[in-house]
Amino acid sequence: MSAAAAGAGTRRAWAVRELGVLLALVLLVAVTAADNSRFLSAQSVRDVLLSASILIVLAVGQTVVVLTRNIDLSAGSVLGLAAFATGTLFASAPGTPIPLAVLAGVGIGALCGLLNGALVALARVPALVITLGTLYVLRGVGHSWASGDQINAADMPGAFLDLGTATLLGVPVLALLAAAVLLVVATWLSSYRSGRELYAIGSEPAAARLSGIPVGRRVFTAFLVSGSLAGLAGVLYAARYGTVDATAGTGLELQVVAAVVVGGVAIFGGSGTAWGAALGALLLTTIGSSLAVLRVDPFWQQAVVGALILAAIGLDRLLAARTAAGAARARGRAGPPPERADSTAGAGGRGTGRKAGNHGA
Amino acid sequence: MAHDTLRARPRDPRAAGAGGGRAGALLRRWDTAVVLALVAVVVGAALLVDGFATGRNAEFLLLDAVAIGLVALPVTLIVVTGEIDLSVASTLGLCSAVMGQLWLSGWPLELIVPAAVALGAVLGAVNGLFVTGFGLPSLAVTIGTLAAYRGLAFVVLGDRAVADFPGDWTDAAISTVPGGALPWAMVATALLAAGFGVVLHATPFGRELFALGSNAEAARFSGVAVRRHKFWLFVACGAVSGLAGVYWTLRYASARADNGEGLELAVVAAVLLGGVSIFGGRGTLLGVCAGVLLLGALRNALQLADVPSDTLDIVTGSLLIVSVVAPNAVARLRARRTRARPPSGPGAPGAPAPGRRPSPAPPSGERNP
Repeated sequence: MSAAAAGAGTRRAWAVRELGVLLALVLLVAVTAADNSRFLSAQSVRDVLLSASILIVLAVGQTVVVLTRNIDLSAGSVLGLAAFATGTLFASAPGTPIPLAVLAGVGIGALCGLLNGALVALARVPALVITLGTLYVLRGVGHSWASGDQINAADMPGAFLDLGTATLLGVPVLALLAAAVLLVVATWLSSYRSGRELYAIGSEPAAARLSGIPVGRRVFTAFLVSGSLAGLAGVLYAARYGTVDATAGTGLELQVVAAVVVGGVAIFGGSGTAWGAALGALLLTTIGSSLAVLRVDPFWQQAVVGALILAAIGLDRLLAARTAAGAARARGRAGPPPERADSTAGAGGRGTGRKAGNHGA
Repeated sequence: MAHDTLRARPRDPRAAGAGGGRAGALLRRWDTAVVLALVAVVVGAALLVDGFATGRNAEFLLLDAVAIGLVALPVTLIVVTGEIDLSVASTLGLCSAVMGQLWLSGWPLELIVPAAVALGAVLGAVNGLFVTGFGLPSLAVTIGTLAAYRGLAFVVLGDRAVADFPGDWTDAAISTVPGGALPWAMVATALLAAGFGVVLHATPFGRELFALGSNAEAARFSGVAVRRHKFWLFVACGAVSGLAGVYWTLRYASARADNGEGLELAVVAAVLLGGVSIFGGRGTLLGVCAGVLLLGALRNALQLADVPSDTLDIVTGSLLIVSVVAPNAVARLRARRTRARPPSGPGAPGAPAPGRRPSPAPPSGERNP
């Protein structure tokens, strides 16, 4: 394919896009470290990584769904359900091997993802509506299952809880797990046909269908992946915090969507990377601890996060406009549009199919 | 998929009832179905649930429905244009927090109340500016302002609660029409609902909202001021959310930064349950009002029947899912039957439209591959 040469312009814009998030992160760390050098101590970095790991796993899963022009608002509820299920498994069957418990948590998440995917495919309405419904339903199921109970650290085996704090060569195991998930999903999205097809679906669902992509099956898979990763995040949550009740993960869905949006994944699908989403998650988590170190009123944190989301989508728009202007100039000079091949591959498409008024599909 | 909504007409009840059985016609008039469901729930609960059919309970039910009902009105108009506003509950919270702060600094309530509503309008204008001025997706913008406004509310008031509002104001918020269980606040909400209903269904402005929700580009070409309309809708939504913040603060006699947290999901659920298409271009205000009351009555009845509160979430969510899945499933079943037999009438829908509701009379060229 000639996409490699053709997409250089768009790709440069992309580099800037994710570089921007990275730059914001570096700047934040630098300012905080200048104020208090202990912010860069091994312990403090480990803490930030530990907190970020769960959000990264969720954000990577959310990316897969958002790329297809859908959204999964039930992620927080799925996390809560899976965390409670894992804890309950340990409490009721103390000898359960850890890998089996992890599998059980992921399995619960996969079931939830299956439900979402099936409903979205069946109803043919925006996933926003469906997953808003399953957000309530799954939360309710979690609540009535837990019925006020709480799983404590004493109910879970030490080895499992160690997973939440253990380090390997100084790096938290949780962070390594998150990195592994990120690597696998990012590779799938960038280098495998089925992954690339998600971009095509998000850019223009009708065109994707006409070109023979099994849209329904791919979207279904996306929800399955998102649900499974939310389940995995639930297991990590149980290991990290040791105490789990039915409210675990409440309100997390918006934080996850925020991380994804800040990380440069277009809310209307078709563009963005798992790397960006993970960076967004890391940035959001770092802001929390930075504000604490800088002794900024913790109440500012949410306001800053909101401003950051607005800045991120604003920047996104600006870059899209600039890229489009550049492409138009290039077209005027050099005849036929060179970026055609690229946009069918899905890597382009910034600004395509993103007219105001079409939220989700 | 969102592009495929050209078929959507504002509303056309007579055409909708033309073909198919009675039940099918009912389903196609979604708001009728919601009204009937509301009546069924109220009658059923009055017969089966002790304490439901009392004046005191009706009063509580209606007081609870006011905040959601208020906010649902402008959100309905916004969703009809194909946009969404998720920041409403945060606007409510910020206005409530500012009310508390102004009261602490000695302002009189006569000034605080208009100030809170004005603040809401300004917050809505910020949303509108981002959406229409910069052309950003409203879903992303209002997720951003959802976080930002809630954060500012905490910046303004912290985790304190201001509760020493004068008794005659807080009593006014929960007072009822003499001799009845009808709160004045609900009367005001109903009047506002009537106003929004007239605007949406009986003015050129309202028709233009449906037009631009069906196809923004076509609406723009036919001279609708798409961006200005949307901007003012967001302003109105902010102002009404501010008003809901005032009500919330006085009703619970407590200004807090976390007031109304999570309300946005309940509002969106009520609006969608009321039959407004998330694609835009379709829905009625009557349906939304019935949706708000249906959810309220159902929760109230289940609570009185000692159903655990967790079950309420399951019921709410399932209702929402059923309300969007069922019409499409019915349409598809009908389509399968129609394909088996020769087409029986002009009103019989062909292939299911990819949209939310079975469309009244899809143009024949629009069958799906």
